[in-house]
Amino acid sequence: MSSRRKRPSRNGGIAASFAACRKQRRSAFIPFLVAGDPSLEATPDLLRALVAGGADVIELGVAFSDPIADGPTIQRGSHRALAAGSSLSAVLGIVERHREELGVPIVLFTYYNPVHARGVGTFAAQAADSGVDGVLCVDLPPDEGLRELQPALEERGLDSIYLIAATSTRERIDRAAAASNGFVYYTARSDVTGEREDLIPTLAREVKRVRRRVRLPVAVGFGISTPRQVEEVAKVAHGVVVGSALVRLVEENAVEPDLAARLERRVGELTAPLRG
Amino acid sequence: MKVRTPLSATAMEPDEGGRYGVYGGRYAPETLMAPLEELSRCYDRLRRKRTFQRRLNHLLEHYVGRPTPLYFAERLTEHLGGARIYLKREDLLHTGAHKINNALGQVLLAKEMGKTRIIAETGAGQHGVATATAAALLGLDCVVYMGEEDMRRQRLNVYRMQLLGAEVAPVDAGSQTLKDAINEAFRDWVASFADTHYVLGTVTGPEPYPRMVRQFHSVIGAEARRQLRRLAGTPDPDVAVACVGGGSNAMGLFSAFLDRPDVLLIGVEAGGRGPELGDHAARFSGGTLGVLHGARTLVLQDEEGQVVGTHSVSAGLDYPAVGPEHVFLHEHGQIEFTSATDQEAIEGFHLLSATEGILPALESAHAIAEVMRRAPEMEPDRVILVNLSGRGDKDVESVLEYDAASGGRVSVRRPSGRHSGSASGDGDAE
Repeated sequence: MSSRRKRPSRNGGIAASFAACRKQRRSAFIPFLVAGDPSLEATPDLLRALVAGGADVIELGVAFSDPIADGPTIQRGSHRALAAGSSLSAVLGIVERHREELGVPIVLFTYYNPVHARGVGTFAAQAADSGVDGVLCVDLPPDEGLRELQPALEERGLDSIYLIAATSTRERIDRAAAASNGFVYYTARSDVTGEREDLIPTLAREVKRVRRRVRLPVAVGFGISTPRQVEEVAKVAHGVVVGSALVRLVEENAVEPDLAARLERRVGELTAPLRG
Repeated sequence: MKVRTPLSATAMEPDEGGRYGVYGGRYAPETLMAPLEELSRCYDRLRRKRTFQRRLNHLLEHYVGRPTPLYFAERLTEHLGGARIYLKREDLLHTGAHKINNALGQVLLAKEMGKTRIIAETGAGQHGVATATAAALLGLDCVVYMGEEDMRRQRLNVYRMQLLGAEVAPVDAGSQTLKDAINEAFRDWVASFADTHYVLGTVTGPEPYPRMVRQFHSVIGAEARRQLRRLAGTPDPDVAVACVGGGSNAMGLFSAFLDRPDVLLIGVEAGGRGPELGDHAARFSGGTLGVLHGARTLVLQDEEGQVVGTHSVSAGLDYPAVGPEHVFLHEHGQIEFTSATDQEAIEGFHLLSATEGILPALESAHAIAEVMRRAPEMEPDRVILVNLSGRGDKDVESVLEYDAASGGRVSVRRPSGRHSGSASGDGDAE
């Protein structure tokens, strides 16, 4: 696990963020937004709102034309972002301009093709230079990632974050855990992204199964949308990821002049249980 | 006449991760990795099992109609005035295209795996119809994802699937064609794999799909060799031609000739309206290396790695990526790729209809278009083998529309001795 960073981040990156949360005896809050949704100009304000609302790490989504692992809400968000001219280049530009000011680690949440098209070496260099802290490619399991992208990321001191799913065998959990740095991302539902009425009752058991085998912090996501669910998940996980619920808020309030304020308020509600 | 140096058998095998050289692989969301591993294991177990093979072969013979004829297209040969042209008549299979070979194999596999529900994507509708048919035959539920644009182009196939008891789920995302249907099928499968098998319809996707789909279609080439030996006196043609969307019918045909150095293998892509990005589906001329739908392969994309729209008059070729094994074999000089435009394919459609009384699928008409270019340049003792992958009944309306839009004047050179002049594309000619 390399820690050579091109640019020192104010609070020392992903591991430091989780460590700070641990010190405060709480779980980290990890919101997700699609960069460029509803517009590239709006994104910096929305990111500031996430931080003001209590984000510990930000998952910044890179829109892709063929998001096979996303449900309708994030698909629509990706579509809006692409229509607004978003691209990997634009996302890296936003991070470059705002990472220091934001002061929280940023994980690029992307499909592999945009990264692959750029070339993994070029991508890693540009991502590191712009201040990105880690990269999660939804359709790049460790089987492929260890061969291609990860060496380039390590070279630049960037964290690789891999998914663990409810279907992952013990062998696969071990593989993802060994390959990841920063944290691992456990997908609570065997499903595409989206909000759910209830979280599965077996979630606690499932997360414990993963935690037993993983030394890194475990963040749990997919389907979490209410403060009550955040509270439930925080009991068992080191980090709570909220995606679709925030993308939906952006969708429903895209034309409102106070979109960022509404987002900040919502994130504040979601993080309230964590602040105890 | 040695036209290429074949690779060794081991060099052509994918590795354990489904990689053909640097192509292929298993680029899937983590949720699907364990189900894909299970699928690879079950497939490898079953393909070696005699009872499974016997059951499949029995159905292929008595239900699907194998072997399909190999037909010497004498009047087409005479008309083009060059190489002898043989058609592998996959169009005569039950449901009208080669797709049933794979659909039946996979649905049988799904049944053995204890799955109760089948999902599939479809472009032209042929794979959807084939899968719906196999699901009906074996008593499994079936949902077929289809782009709304394709549903409009192929509405008869939509109704056929519904008649077969399948649900056709419209996909209104993106370009509303094949790639979006695949996206949606993957999304379904991410949530449903416990009781559902995804019957992917071509030689792309994550391991094991490319090799599994190829294997189920390899019967095409194996039969053709046997039949050519009888009919033409040699098992090996000089040239073998097939159209390539994802590339399943081509892999099925070519697989029998990969170790034959004197057979020139030619894949024909959709040249669409022209060479501009977005106007065609010719991955080998306009594509760059990318990762789409689980495989590393040639993809039509922009410099930011966003997949671009494609166009073809034939829905089955209208796809921005191609099977990874094709890219690997092309890189090693084993398969040549060319393309035929919409216009050329329509001309091929008319010519085969008029000379042989066979309406080819618009996909297969792209292969005929290549034969029209190539046969006249070859000596009469040479042999061209063409995979006639599907029949054209489904496309009559598209051809009618095309001809009407181009003034009803698609020029087709008629065979001499018959009435000359241009054949009009009158819709009621059939």
